[in-house]
Amino acid sequence: MFDVNHIRQDFPILSRKVKGFPLVYFDNAATSQTPKQVIDVITDYYSRYNANIHRGVHALSQEATEAYENSRHYIQNHFNALHPHEIIFTSGTTHSINIVASGYASLLKPEDELLVSAMEHHSNIVPWQMLCEKTGAILKVIPMTSLGTLDIEAFGTLLTSKTRLVFVNHVSNALGTINPIKTIIDQAHQVGAHVLIDGAQASPHIKADVQALDVDYYVTSAHKLCGPTGVGMLYGKEALLLKLPPYQGGGEMIEEVTFEKTTYASLPHKFEAGTPHICGGIAFGAALKYLNKIGFETIAAYENDLLNYATAALLAIEGLKIYGQADHKTAVISFNLEGIHPYDVGSILDQLGIAVRTGHHCAQPIMDYFKIPGTVRASFSFYNTKEEIDRLVAGVRKAQAMLQ
Amino acid sequence: MNSIEAKQDEIVADFSFFEDWTQRYEYLIELGKSLPLIATEYKTEDNIIKGCQSKVWVHAELDQDRLVFTADSDAILTKGIIALLIRVFSGENPNNIIEANTTFIDKIGLKEHLSPTRANGLVSMIKQMKLYAIAFQTQLKP
Repeated sequence: MFDVNHIRQDFPILSRKVKGFPLVYFDNAATSQTPKQVIDVITDYYSRYNANIHRGVHALSQEATEAYENSRHYIQNHFNALHPHEIIFTSGTTHSINIVASGYASLLKPEDELLVSAMEHHSNIVPWQMLCEKTGAILKVIPMTSLGTLDIEAFGTLLTSKTRLVFVNHVSNALGTINPIKTIIDQAHQVGAHVLIDGAQASPHIKADVQALDVDYYVTSAHKLCGPTGVGMLYGKEALLLKLPPYQGGGEMIEEVTFEKTTYASLPHKFEAGTPHICGGIAFGAALKYLNKIGFETIAAYENDLLNYATAALLAIEGLKIYGQADHKTAVISFNLEGIHPYDVGSILDQLGIAVRTGHHCAQPIMDYFKIPGTVRASFSFYNTKEEIDRLVAGVRKAQAMLQ
Repeated sequence: MNSIEAKQDEIVADFSFFEDWTQRYEYLIELGKSLPLIATEYKTEDNIIKGCQSKVWVHAELDQDRLVFTADSDAILTKGIIALLIRVFSGENPNNIIEANTTFIDKIGLKEHLSPTRANGLVSMIKQMKLYAIAFQTQLKP
């Protein structure tokens, strides 16, 4: 039985006050909070077995290596990857995307086409633009509808034998839309294109099965799913990762180094140059373990309940418009009050101890589409409550009264 | 004490009457709404300071040996703070502007609006006002 008050006790930060009010944290899509079960893992690592991995013969190094590799296995099982070495530890989603984008520089030729969705985060746009500049490949955009969903029909016509890569987010960070990635992957594969799915916004809410999806690359960040910042993963199919050139040179990623020639290490080490975020990698697995203990179905059901409750309460405010009205959404509400700038609303909510995100959410093309400077975004997590949503709604009403 | 410092002290004194943040913000909103800010012809792409959150336009003109600023923003709280900055800097000698600090923002409890995480263009605006002052100071030199 899911008991939110019991769950909230796992998160020390939720008991703090901001500007005299109990904190209401609705910026979960930017970063999630950390439960004590994960904090304990981090403390334990630095208190008991902090050491460099994969190279020491001493006990601490062996323990750290084992914990790090066990975490990789746990992540592999969570996403149902075929091999543990298909999980590459990275510094986060952006790093993961850059590894792939930079690798394709030697695999593309001019006139090759890449398809990006209109609702991507800048981190899933800019690396590909840089790749196009390097290779002469052409970037095309899968359009979006006014409901904030992808135009799948248009996607079908954009796909041709020239399409080499397609990259789409599983869930939009600015709108919460859950994209039909299985359809996208299947259609892209029919023309022989590879697909990268940005799972940063999906992985706290949806358990992706990379084999069932048949996805080529799936990337995410630990800090979106109750883990620490600075660590994430790149999942890639073994056959593709073997062909992809390494991204950074350094220690750990080599097999043999002479001044004449260096041979690269096997997967996953080929992409893990230098000393990694060892503690972060271990905590990443611990965070997934924590979420799995609650259960992804339980999380999704509870968050969906919060989403419906908040949507109804916010829409009751006159002049409030919600952007992103897809049938399938995660618990994200992007909105504006008529005639009022999102920055002003966010600043007033901040004074009331309510943390929301305002601005373009690093997804300027979406804001341009709706012709707005940005939105106020409230994103909910399983540790949020309806009482907190009531405070948000009261805060938005207060902001409206003050600003009108 | 020069007049920039005196004007800052005045603002700090004004704000000391407010009992809580609501009153401070309501005052800022009023300032933002009531001040004639920038002529449309100067509300151009060239004069824009792009913050991640809100946009700021700023324009400067020389009136004898004094600088006159006009500015605008698409967010009303940002506009209110702009109005305060203009009250402090407009009509002043470029030299004084270059040397001035803006500690009053902190003293009236609005420091967070100048934090880089706000990305509202205000920090860049102050920098831009000082750059104008430097540019016009060169013009004033015989």
